[in-house]
Amino acid sequence: MTSQVSSPAEQAEPGEQPSGAAPPSAEQPAEQEPSHLSPQRAPGVGPGAKSVRKLERVIIRFAGDSGDGMQLTGDRFTSETASFGNDLSTLPNFPAEIRAPAGTLPGVSSFQLHFADHDILTPGDAPDVLVAMNPAALKANIADVPRGAEIIVNTDEFTKRPMAKVGYATSPLEDGSLDAYRVHPVPLTTLTIEALKDFGLSRKEAERSKNMFALGLLSWMYHRPTEGTEKFLRGKFAKKPDIAEANVAAFRAGWNFGETTEDFAVSYEVAPATAAFPAGTYRNISGNLALSYGLVAAGRQADLPLYLGSYPITPASDILHELSKHKNFGVRTFQAEDEIAGIGAALGAAFGGALAVTTTSGPGVALKSETIGLAVSLELPLLIVDIQRGGPSTGLPTKTEQADLLQAMYGRNGEAPVPVVAPRTPADCFDAALDAARIALTYRTPVFLLSDGYLANGSEPWRVPEAHELPDLRVQFATGPNHTLADGTEVFWPYKRDAQSLARPWAVPGTPGLEHRIGGIEKQDGTGNISYDPANHDFMVRTRQAKIDNITVPDLEVDDPHGAGTLVLGWGSTYGPITAAVRRLRAEGVAIAQAHLRHLNPFPKNLGEVLAGYEKVVVPEMNLGQLATLIRAKYLVDARSYNQVNGMPFKAEQLAGALKEAIDD
Amino acid sequence: MTEALKLVPKAEAAQTMKDFKSDQEVRWCPGCGDYAVLAAVQGFMPSLGLAKENIVFVSGIGCSSRFPYYMNTYGMHSIHGRAPAIATGLASSRPDLSVWVVTGDGDALSIGGNHLIHALRRNVNLKILLFNNRIYGLTKGQYSPTSEIGKITKSTPMGSLDAPFNPVSLAIGAEASFVARTVDSDRKHLTEVLRQAAEHPGTALVEIYQNCNIFNDGAFEVLKDKQQAQEAVIRLEHGRPIRFGTDDAKGVVRDHATGDLRVVDVTPDNEADILVHDAHAASPTSAFALSRLADPDTLHHTPIGVFRDVERAVYDTQMADQLEAAVEQKGKGDLAALLAGNDTWTVVG
Repeated sequence: MTSQVSSPAEQAEPGEQPSGAAPPSAEQPAEQEPSHLSPQRAPGVGPGAKSVRKLERVIIRFAGDSGDGMQLTGDRFTSETASFGNDLSTLPNFPAEIRAPAGTLPGVSSFQLHFADHDILTPGDAPDVLVAMNPAALKANIADVPRGAEIIVNTDEFTKRPMAKVGYATSPLEDGSLDAYRVHPVPLTTLTIEALKDFGLSRKEAERSKNMFALGLLSWMYHRPTEGTEKFLRGKFAKKPDIAEANVAAFRAGWNFGETTEDFAVSYEVAPATAAFPAGTYRNISGNLALSYGLVAAGRQADLPLYLGSYPITPASDILHELSKHKNFGVRTFQAEDEIAGIGAALGAAFGGALAVTTTSGPGVALKSETIGLAVSLELPLLIVDIQRGGPSTGLPTKTEQADLLQAMYGRNGEAPVPVVAPRTPADCFDAALDAARIALTYRTPVFLLSDGYLANGSEPWRVPEAHELPDLRVQFATGPNHTLADGTEVFWPYKRDAQSLARPWAVPGTPGLEHRIGGIEKQDGTGNISYDPANHDFMVRTRQAKIDNITVPDLEVDDPHGAGTLVLGWGSTYGPITAAVRRLRAEGVAIAQAHLRHLNPFPKNLGEVLAGYEKVVVPEMNLGQLATLIRAKYLVDARSYNQVNGMPFKAEQLAGALKEAIDD
Repeated sequence: MTEALKLVPKAEAAQTMKDFKSDQEVRWCPGCGDYAVLAAVQGFMPSLGLAKENIVFVSGIGCSSRFPYYMNTYGMHSIHGRAPAIATGLASSRPDLSVWVVTGDGDALSIGGNHLIHALRRNVNLKILLFNNRIYGLTKGQYSPTSEIGKITKSTPMGSLDAPFNPVSLAIGAEASFVARTVDSDRKHLTEVLRQAAEHPGTALVEIYQNCNIFNDGAFEVLKDKQQAQEAVIRLEHGRPIRFGTDDAKGVVRDHATGDLRVVDVTPDNEADILVHDAHAASPTSAFALSRLADPDTLHHTPIGVFRDVERAVYDTQMADQLEAAVEQKGKGDLAALLAGNDTWTVVG
C-alpha cells in the first residue's frame, strides 16, 4: 500500500528503519499491543502450545530451481497474506530461460515478499527468512541474507553432486559457514514423498509437491489462512483431482510439520495493517493485471470498444493474455505476426473508432517507432504500453530497468512529440492506464505508458475503486461539416483543430459526408490535403508540438515537511524505494524533500519552479540518468544522478545512504 | 449480396463513377498504368452499391500507394509495407466496412512481405490490389522483388542477382483463399476480376500487371500487344477448358508422370485431356501449377484471371463470433465484478 506524496509521511514507520545486523522483525517483538484478529481471518488451525511472537514486518524469500514452482509458492503466500489484511509488496525474480539447467546458479528463481502490520513501500532490502530448495538457491541468495536471519534448507538436495555443481567443496550445512544464521535443516523432498505415499504417485510426481510442503510450513510459521490455497489447488488441478489432493496433502503436511517438530519452536504473528488502509474493499494486484484492468475500464468509461494489437514479449505478454480473457467486455485482442503489425492493427482500429492499444517492451518499441510517428502525423488516439526491461537489444528480458525514457521521448524520425505517463506502483498502473487513455482520447495522440518489469510482476494491496470514482472518458466523433468555404459550401476539414486542445476531429468511417484521406505525408493545415509548402510544414511541426506541450497535467506535489534544501525527484517504479529511503532519513532527523513525476511529457507546469526552490536536486534512476538529462536540458538545473542498472530495484537502505551523501556533500 | 458484403450498408441512391472521384489532382506520371486502374476501380465501385462512407482504401508507400487520395471514400496513406497490418486492425474491428488495400511489388513483397503473407493466411476480409510493375518507381528505378534476374537498374549496373517472387505462387503458398491476376490495360478483364474479388469473403489478392512507362516501360508489352498476346496470354475461366492461342490451338494438360502442367498443341486425340479450370478446387495444387506456367523472362504462357477462389473461415467474422460467444457464456462484462476479483477483504473505516 502506498500513500500519495501529497500526504506527508510525517512519521517514519519503525519497520522501515535500518535494521542493523539483526533482522528487527525476527529478533524484536513488537512493542505495541497485538492487533485484534478478526475471526474470519484466523488461521484454520491453531499453532498449538508453541510460543508465538508478534512482529511488525517480515521479509521472506523463496528460492529454488526454475522448475521448483517458487513463483507459484510466492504467489500463494502473497494471496494468503493479502486476504489476511497485511500490507505487502512483492519482488519475483526469475531467469529468462524457461528451464535453465537444473541445479545451476543461472537457473535459480526466487520470490521475495515483504508484509507488515503497517504501510510499506518496497519488497524489502534483505530477507529475514530464506527458503532455499537446493544448494544453488542458497549460494545465489546468501549474500543478500543478513546474519541472524532464518534459513530453511531442503537438506535432501545437499548431496555431493548438486553441491559440487555450484562449487561447494564441503556442505555449508556442516562446515560452519552458516553459523551466523539460524538454519532449519528440513528434508523437504523426503517428507513430501512420505506424506504422499498413499497417493500412488511416482517418486518424481510426489516430489513436485515439495513447494507446497514448504508453503504449508511457512504458512504455519506466520499464521497464514489456508483455505484460499486449498481452494486454489483444487481449482488449478480440477481435471486431475488426485494431483490436487496430493498437493493439498503436501501443503497440510508442511503445516503439521511446523506444528509438531521441535526445530520450529516459535511461530509469528504479523497483525493486519488496519491503520494503513482507508476504508474500502481490497484485493492484491500485480502491475500488469492492474494495467490490463485499467485498459478495460478505460474502454468502458470511453464507451469505445477496446482493441489490442500485440506481439508476445517479456515482460508484457501477461497483458495480452489477460485482455484476451475479456471478450465479453467487447475487447478484441489480435496477436500479430510481429511488433510492427501489432501497432499497425491497433492504429487501423483507432482509425475505425476503437480505443486502440499496443503492448510491448523496449525492443518492440524500437520496431514500432515508424508507426508511432505515423500516429503522431495522423493524430489518432493510441496507447503504447512499454513494460521496460534491461537493455540494449535483448538485454535482460526478465529484469527491470527504466532505460526507455529517452526512447519514448525521442525515438522517432522528425519532430514527433508523444506524451509519456509512468505509473509508480503496481496498483497505480490502473490509474495510469486511465490517465494515458484520457490524454490519447482528448488530444488525439499516441501516448506512451511506461511501466517496467518490477511493477509488472510485483504486487500490492489495491483498494478496488467504485464505479463512480472512475473518470468520464467519453468522446465526440465528428458528425458533420466543420468548415464553411468562401462560397458558402459546408465542408469537412480533418485537420481543423479544436481551439482549446488543438485536437483534430475524429471522423470514423461509416459517417456519411465526412469521407476524407489522411496519411504520413505532411498535410495542409485545416484541409489535411498533401502539402509540401515550407511555411505550412513549419507551422504544422510547431502546432503538433504545441498540442502536446499544452496537455493538461496536474501540478507536481512536493512532500517537504521540514523545509529541506535537497529535493529527491523520481519517476515510475522507483517511488517505493525512494519513499522508503526518505522515511529512513527523516527518522534520523535528516530533512529532505520528495517529489515523484507521473507525467514525463509534458512535465507538470510547476516543475521548473519546484526545481528552482531547492539547493540540490537528486534524481535516482534505474538507467544512466535519462530524466536527469531531460530536466538539466529543460530547466538548466544542476541535477545529480544516482543510478543503478543491475536489473533490480533500488534498496531503500542503499538509496538512503546515497541521498544522505548528496545532502552532506 | 454476397456473404462478403452483407454487413456493409448499401447506398441509398444509385452512384456513378463521379461519386468516387475525390477533389484531388491525380499526380502520377503521364502515361502511367495506374491511371487505368484508378479509372477501372472508380468505374466499378458504383456497381457494388455500397454506401461509400463504409468503403476504406488503405495503402503503404510507393507510386500506387497514392491511390487512396484519389478515391472519394475514407482512406489512409500509411507507411511502407504496413498497409495489410493496418487494414487488418480496421477490418477486424469494423465488420461493417469494405476495406481495400492498394500496394505495389516493393511495398507488398519486399518491406511488407511479412504482413502480406499473414493477412492471406488469416483470411481477413481485405481486398488487396497489388500493382506489379517489376521496378521501384518512386525511388527512381531500382530493381524490385519481382524484377527478372540480371535486370540492369541504377542499383544493379551489372545486373540483379535476386531470383524474383511470383506473387500468385507466393499467395497460394500463403494459404490465400482468393488469388487472381489481371492487366492494367484490359479494363474489361480488370473489372471482372475486381468484381469477383469484392464478392469473395476473406482476403482477396489481385495482382495487377501495371506498366511503369518511366523506369520499366513495356515490361508487359508481350501480354498487351494483340499479336503477341495470342500466344502469350492464357485466360482462365472457371469451368472452361484452359485453351489459348490463335483459334484456341493450344491447351494445358497435366503430365501424368510428374503431375505438372504443360502446354500442348490441341489435337483431336488430346482434346479430352485439356485441363478444365476449377478455381474452387479444394486443393491448391492445380492453381499453383498454373502460376508456374509462365516463363519468368519472356512472360510466355502467362495465365490471367482467377486462379483460386475457395471458401474458408473469415478472420474478422470469427473474431466477432468469439465476442458474441463470450457474452453468451459469461454474460456481458461486469466491470465492478472484474475489478474486485474473487479474493477481496474489507477494511471498515
